[in-house]
Amino acid sequence: MNVPLNFLLCGVGGQGIVLASDVLVAVGLLAGLNAKQAEVHGMSQRGGSVVSHVRWGREIYSPIVGWGEADVFIAFEKLEALRNLRFLRPSGLALISTQALEPLTVISGGQVYPDDSRLRAAFAQLTPHAHYLDAESIAAEVGNVRAVNTVLLGALSALLEANSRFAAWAPAPEIWLQVIAERVPSRHLDLNRQAFQAGRNAIAGPR
Amino acid sequence: MTVRQMLSGNEAIARGMWEAGVVVASAYPGTPSTEILENFARYPNVYAEWAPNEKVALDVAIGAAYAGRRALAAMKHVGLNVAADSLMYASMTGAEAGLVIVSADDPAMHSSQNEQDNRTYARFARIPCLEPSDSQEAKDLTVVAFELSEQFDTPVLLRVTTRICHSASPVELGERCERSSQTSPFPRNPAKYVMVPSNALRRHPVMEERIRAIADYAETFPYNRIELRDRSLGIITAGVAYQYTREVFPDASVLKLGMTWPLPEGLIRRFAASVDRLIVLEELDPFIEDVVKRMGIPCQGKDIFPLTGELDPYVVRLSAIQAGLLSDAAVPSIPTLEGDPLPARPPVLCPGCPHRPTFYVLNKLKVPVNGDIGCYTLGLVPPLSAIHTCGCMGAGIAVAHGAVQAGSPERHVAVIGDSTFFHTGIPALINVVYNQSPVVTVILDNRTTGMTGHQPNPGTGHTLQDKPAPTIEIEPLVRACGVKQVRTLSAFDVTGIEKTLKEYLQLNEPSVLIVQEPCALLPEARERWQPLEVNLAQCNGCTLCFRIGCPAILKSDELDEKTGRPKAQIDPNLCTGCELCAQICPRHAIPFRLDSIFLREAA
Ligand SMILES: Cc1ncc(C[n+]2csc(CCOP(=O)(O)OP(=O)(O)O)c2C)c(N)n1
Repeated sequence: MNVPLNFLLCGVGGQGIVLASDVLVAVGLLAGLNAKQAEVHGMSQRGGSVVSHVRWGREIYSPIVGWGEADVFIAFEKLEALRNLRFLRPSGLALISTQALEPLTVISGGQVYPDDSRLRAAFAQLTPHAHYLDAESIAAEVGNVRAVNTVLLGALSALLEANSRFAAWAPAPEIWLQVIAERVPSRHLDLNRQAFQAGRNAIAGPR
Repeated sequence: MTVRQMLSGNEAIARGMWEAGVVVASAYPGTPSTEILENFARYPNVYAEWAPNEKVALDVAIGAAYAGRRALAAMKHVGLNVAADSLMYASMTGAEAGLVIVSADDPAMHSSQNEQDNRTYARFARIPCLEPSDSQEAKDLTVVAFELSEQFDTPVLLRVTTRICHSASPVELGERCERSSQTSPFPRNPAKYVMVPSNALRRHPVMEERIRAIADYAETFPYNRIELRDRSLGIITAGVAYQYTREVFPDASVLKLGMTWPLPEGLIRRFAASVDRLIVLEELDPFIEDVVKRMGIPCQGKDIFPLTGELDPYVVRLSAIQAGLLSDAAVPSIPTLEGDPLPARPPVLCPGCPHRPTFYVLNKLKVPVNGDIGCYTLGLVPPLSAIHTCGCMGAGIAVAHGAVQAGSPERHVAVIGDSTFFHTGIPALINVVYNQSPVVTVILDNRTTGMTGHQPNPGTGHTLQDKPAPTIEIEPLVRACGVKQVRTLSAFDVTGIEKTLKEYLQLNEPSVLIVQEPCALLPEARERWQPLEVNLAQCNGCTLCFRIGCPAILKSDELDEKTGRPKAQIDPNLCTGCELCAQICPRHAIPFRLDSIFLREAA
């Protein structure tokens, strides 16, 4: 733990990436670690690409993660996963939500949205630890597509536990749930608990 | 017990202001500075306001400091260009209480039109510049800035950057230092506060002497510190670059500067003498490096690290390897993506954005459009492609006027947002009237300052601290500027906008069209959201609705039998029901809402 653990979250403005990074930071702190977080506001929020950096560790200097240095890579959208591929540390852990949000350059600009085989090949070349999750459908089954980010956090919690490199870092599920509970309005709490558990089940299978 | 809290740099500055006993703060929003005032405004017993522009904000802070209360003005880097005139006189006069200016610079231009290095303003204005390197220092140096300001009777520049403002790290909180609630009477001291030449002549040497005294103080300033480790490499650094230094060169000796103007030359000499090789690691300009070189000390800096854009651990590492400072083994392998370039995802006007219909019409009319800065600058993005110049806030109207006076053969349209109009648009419009050019100005009044996250402005009827305020109506204001041809329309009234613009483009006098509708993300607009649906039986895949650049309109899987083209489909999670698509659909394949104001015309 003397070398920090680096997370990179990416996706599209409006997908809840900032909230997910807040949770990640708070989980790290509650687990007794130090944390830093960085994101860019402004233009990126008008439906553009969004990237957020989170680091856990004892002593952390840079608030941002360099290219090739993300131990854990979480993509909320497929095209953004490819766009930010350069951040992933080879053999790192990648969690990719299989949602596709076509940018206007595809809808009306004649450009082509990359197909799944390209996505999977690019990640397969880099790491055996790439996981694809239809988080949108899982959230819909739980009752609200807006819970996608909680589903992904649930999946992430299980992936950290299951990966021998990260197991020592993995906070207990109760810590995640406590942090989520502090951040969502109480009327959405049950939904978010279920979404978190559904994300975990999608990785680990129901217990 | 000390309380530790995770704070962004901006939240930390706000906390520091409160702890320092700041009473008055004024600002104009601008990324990455905006959250400083938004957070400060929520502390008890403080006054915080949005001024119409940065110059006004700084003058307000100066007035408060003249009146003996600690005061601060915050702005993004380009805001200090607008406020520069005030900065220069404030440096001449000093004040009766602490005066701090926050400049939030944006290396890499994440949301700015340029990436100037505002440390230069500190040198130019003969004032100290403090640069924090994380949230803890952002808070602490804010407090220190006020102490320095009072100790030396000088404004202080607190210079931060996007990566300081918008990154979060833990901060130990302190108490508020309550300052006397009594103010002394406003100073009657013209020799100090009335900058006519005779007084100013006497103040200039005071200013020069002051900065020399601060340079002496900088030698022992606790936030300028030497960290001696391996002496083969010594690095002088400041701000967020300090973090990258520690990340990439964990063993190197470091001179970390918390004050980057004036520079502690003695400390620099001592540090240089204690290391074998000296480099300066700083973002943007070789600001420290130039001084070190001028002192006759050999060092490297911008010959190793980039002059433009922002630094990050990767860039620093790569540059260091190329310069032989690190072995190749240190570079992480960077995944590369093979194959075709990926489709870009530029920021776009939101679904239901009231700016969209105007740009749809302007695109159709094919006129030159002189734009300005705000969400509406996104009218530039294809397929709307209807902005042809954009430089800085308030420029558009005057650029159009200049082009017309130069004999540009076409009629020019200037587009400007409500907040930008209040910021610096009004004098430009007065110029159009006074010097008579037939510029057609469109004021896009979405009842908020959209781009920076919905700050209230003089047109919104409430203040930063949520007090009711008189609403400054734009139409009477425009008439008062002397414009005779003025009309206000709903921003969604495509037919009306097109008709009016065609008419105005024929006139030989200034004209102003105000299009009004709340930003689609404001609560009052959200209440009216009501997604539309495509009637697939009517749609023939003509693609016209794809050309309004609305993210809610998608290609469906259903192809039209005759044309073979995909029919349109509306994403019910994104559509707000603004009815631009319904109005322009030639086959009426997108039914209007039941409460539509356009039904009449469509029928
Ligand atoms: C001198 C200066 N100050 C601040 C900014 C930051 N900024 C860019 S656009 C904008 C607000 C625009 O608001 P408005 O004109 O109402 O347009 P909207 O974004 O709502 O469409 C601000 C504050 C800037 N670019 N330049």
